[in-house]
Amino acid sequence: MASVSIDGIQKNYGPTSVLRGVSLSIADGEFLTLLGPSGCGKSTLLRILAGLEVQDAGSVLIDKRAVDGLRPKWRDVAMVFQSYALYPHMTVASNMALPLRMRRLSAVQRLPLVGRLLPETARITAEIDVEVMRTAKSLGIGHLLARKPGQLSGGQRQRVAVGRAMVRHPAVFLMDEPLSNLDAKLRVQMRAEIKELHQRLGGTFVYVTHDQAEAMTLSDRVAVMVDGELLQVAAPQDIYVDPDDRRVAEFIGSPKINMLDGVVRERGVVDVAGSALAIEVDAIAGAHITLGIRSEAFHFADHGGPGVLTGSVRMIEHMGSDLLVHFDLAGVDHLVIARLLAERAPHIAVGQTLHVGVRPDRVLLFTRDGRRLRREVEAGRASVTPIREIAR
Amino acid sequence: MSAFKSARRLSLPTTILRHAVLLCTGALILAPFVWMVSLSIKPASEIFRVSFSFWPERFYGIENYTKALTEVPLPRYMGNGVLVCAIILVLQILVCTPCAYVLAKLRFPGRDLLFSMVLIGLLLPHQVLSLPLFILSYQLDILNTYAALIFPYVISPFGIFLFRQFFKTIPDDVVHAARLDGLSELAIVWRIMLPMALPALIAFSIFSVVGHWNDLFWPLIAVRDQSLMPPPLGIMVFKNEEAGNDYGPLMAASTLVVMPLIIAFLAAQKWFVEGMTGGAVK
Amino acid sequence: MSEPLCLSGVRVEHSAIGGARRAQIPATPPARAPAVAQTLVAWGLAGPAVFFLLVLFLLPVTGVFVIALSDWQFGARSLSFVGFANFREVFVDAGFRASLLNSVVYVLIVVPGSVILGLMIAVLIESGRSLRSFYRAIHFLPFMATLAAMAIAWEALLHPTIGFVNQALAVIGLPTANWLRDENTALPVLAIIGIWQNLGYAMVLFLAGLKSIPQDLYDAADVDGADLWLDRLCIVTLPMLGPVSMFVVIVVAVRAFEPFDAVKVLTQGGPGHASEMLLYTLYRESFEYLRTGFGAAVAVVFLAIVVTLTLVQARIMGNRVHYQ
Repeated sequence: MASVSIDGIQKNYGPTSVLRGVSLSIADGEFLTLLGPSGCGKSTLLRILAGLEVQDAGSVLIDKRAVDGLRPKWRDVAMVFQSYALYPHMTVASNMALPLRMRRLSAVQRLPLVGRLLPETARITAEIDVEVMRTAKSLGIGHLLARKPGQLSGGQRQRVAVGRAMVRHPAVFLMDEPLSNLDAKLRVQMRAEIKELHQRLGGTFVYVTHDQAEAMTLSDRVAVMVDGELLQVAAPQDIYVDPDDRRVAEFIGSPKINMLDGVVRERGVVDVAGSALAIEVDAIAGAHITLGIRSEAFHFADHGGPGVLTGSVRMIEHMGSDLLVHFDLAGVDHLVIARLLAERAPHIAVGQTLHVGVRPDRVLLFTRDGRRLRREVEAGRASVTPIREIAR
Repeated sequence: MSAFKSARRLSLPTTILRHAVLLCTGALILAPFVWMVSLSIKPASEIFRVSFSFWPERFYGIENYTKALTEVPLPRYMGNGVLVCAIILVLQILVCTPCAYVLAKLRFPGRDLLFSMVLIGLLLPHQVLSLPLFILSYQLDILNTYAALIFPYVISPFGIFLFRQFFKTIPDDVVHAARLDGLSELAIVWRIMLPMALPALIAFSIFSVVGHWNDLFWPLIAVRDQSLMPPPLGIMVFKNEEAGNDYGPLMAASTLVVMPLIIAFLAAQKWFVEGMTGGAVK
Repeated sequence: MSEPLCLSGVRVEHSAIGGARRAQIPATPPARAPAVAQTLVAWGLAGPAVFFLLVLFLLPVTGVFVIALSDWQFGARSLSFVGFANFREVFVDAGFRASLLNSVVYVLIVVPGSVILGLMIAVLIESGRSLRSFYRAIHFLPFMATLAAMAIAWEALLHPTIGFVNQALAVIGLPTANWLRDENTALPVLAIIGIWQNLGYAMVLFLAGLKSIPQDLYDAADVDGADLWLDRLCIVTLPMLGPVSMFVVIVVAVRAFEPFDAVKVLTQGGPGHASEMLLYTLYRESFEYLRTGFGAAVAVVFLAIVVTLTLVQARIMGNRVHYQ
């Protein structure tokens, strides 16, 4: 078990910058997820942690020890790969024993035939076998030890890969999208098992995924990465409710958060799509801002009026208790999506005029360049961004 | 993830060892080529002097190469090679492509029979067939003509096989769409399938041309007339006539025969490797 | 012969296109018997190929067996079957026995030589990043160079007095030889030329095999602690090349049974029968001595060897999935 600290990591592939100065510290025993769209650099960061890639700048500390330039072997990390990377020609037992053999047996003892004749080899090998068996049993794959990976199902291979990582009790577990090759049902099951494993082992886990649901359910904290930058590191619910950045807000949540451009009319009033919303903004009149409104922050209104947006319905998705209503707003070039309670919005039809109210306290405010504008109330009466700066 | 491929660094001694070994084996491999070129630019007096240097004291290349091109019908040999290879390739493509298409995309009675005929053809080494083919060309009275050089290779089972494999990777929907657009089956073969199979076409063309440019066995049987000989046969005759006394021009002629393929190979290495191993790898 | 056939092929093409155009005109296309139409189209398209497969492959191979089992000679108007008489003659013939033995010896030198060197060179090339395609090109060069011409270069290299090999050996004080005229060295020298020619082929096949090893396996080995070159070689590279290696051995073996150009140009099977091999025997008996029955029997033996190897290879390719 160990803490991990990442400081100012940069990585370029030729002219493309994959990581632009990423800093992050992970506490001992924490489950941290690197979440981001594909190509955001999260896998590269994980591989730099493992020592499989070398960063161009910055440093990595594992257990307060700088490991830059150390080969993976000396970092005391284990990794579970997306493809599992099991050795196809070895049995499950040999696959799991390999990390121990490489560490405990000398090069001479590992030689075929000759190695076996050396005095200590047999004893160490027997020890390894016992540990492999114990680990395999704890994962429920004890009966598969003699098989080869080709004879296993996807879920079983996944367990073997986890077992190979577990068997030598590493300080840090690194997992690179370990569930993405499984079908949906198995993925949910394995997700629970990984969570349980983390609680049982208590190790430090760094987990890479592009799947929000995995990140949200597994993690103590989620680190959201976009385009090689770390945008926010926070507990799962905070990432959703209280994003620091427009890109985080847009990446998290389904359906995607609605982004509406607005202009501050006067203190406490924002003009959006032809309506005036009563939203507390400490800003001078005429400032341009963006309002992020999640679909569930809307509610059905019987008629127009102050604080109500009016548009025409374009599409309706029935979700059971909810409806996802896609509607047009005057002056907005994309459709806006509202999640409305089905019983409260009985007779909505395509083409019809729709009135929706907005809960002001659920509206997220951003500057036009994407920074979060926290209202004074939330930010403890300390204005985060002087609003004058953002006035055009 | 291929960007990560081979990110591993070798240690400096390992790197040096790698280059040292590869340069040594490379030098051994190149020795015959170097020796050939070296002799081709030396005068006879230097060739027969017992001492070796790769670069001549007196550059005699022009004389040797002129002699190779004028005293022997080498240009004729090369022309024959080009002609025969080109005709064979065109005929093979004309015959093999529709058959490959049929095997890959149509369902009809006898398809398995047809495919097993192709497989049998693929299995047979061509030299085994030389005796009956010789008799056949004798019966047709085409021995000692271009036709004799060409006709055994009008069809290439390997070509059918290769194209079939490639056509199978093209989605059936492409064929359906083409039919809906009113193309005939033959038009689908030439206007849709073959252009889409360009990589296979290039690979096969290289395989075919290299094979027939280098072939000595069948031309040796099929033609006697010097004016019909392709390069390998021509150069062998040249060597036997000169009886090894006029090394300079002989080496110059060898260099000229080997050169076209080597230049093409260096220009399109990847395609050559693919073409000449494609059948084996797949 | 090929020209009129080619013309008729072109004519088929035109009529097929015309037919398709006409078929578009009726408002209701003929709905009946599309299966029959499809069959006709299929056999029509495959027609030229079927014809040539029959005439150029199936008929000749039958012919070889007929000639091998009969007393037919060039120019004879009739033939009668004589059973295995030709084969008996072949197998008691000292020349053929020498030829078969030489072929086997040649294969036993060329296959391990080409495969081991090819594997070694492929692994070395793939283990670094610099000059990869340069080294690949050099080592592959002999495989595609015209062997008849290169054999002449080899002869110059091996020339007893002015050849580079003997001159170099003389300089270091080692014994020299008349390599191609000495019955002890002729076959080994041909085998070395065979290795020279085929190792690039083996190398390229191994390179393809190496490329298909997933990088993840090397990464996993790295994290598992196998980060020395030799460990990686033993844990990942060589086991993963296992199936490819079997395949390469067979493919090179088939090629190693087929040397002809170098024999014809350099030794004509001599001195004596010292460097005679199957294809050269087949050629000489059939086309120089015009012993058709004998030549055909040799062809059948040769065919049996190559077909056996190829079928073994097909079996192996079929089993290759076991690492999936």
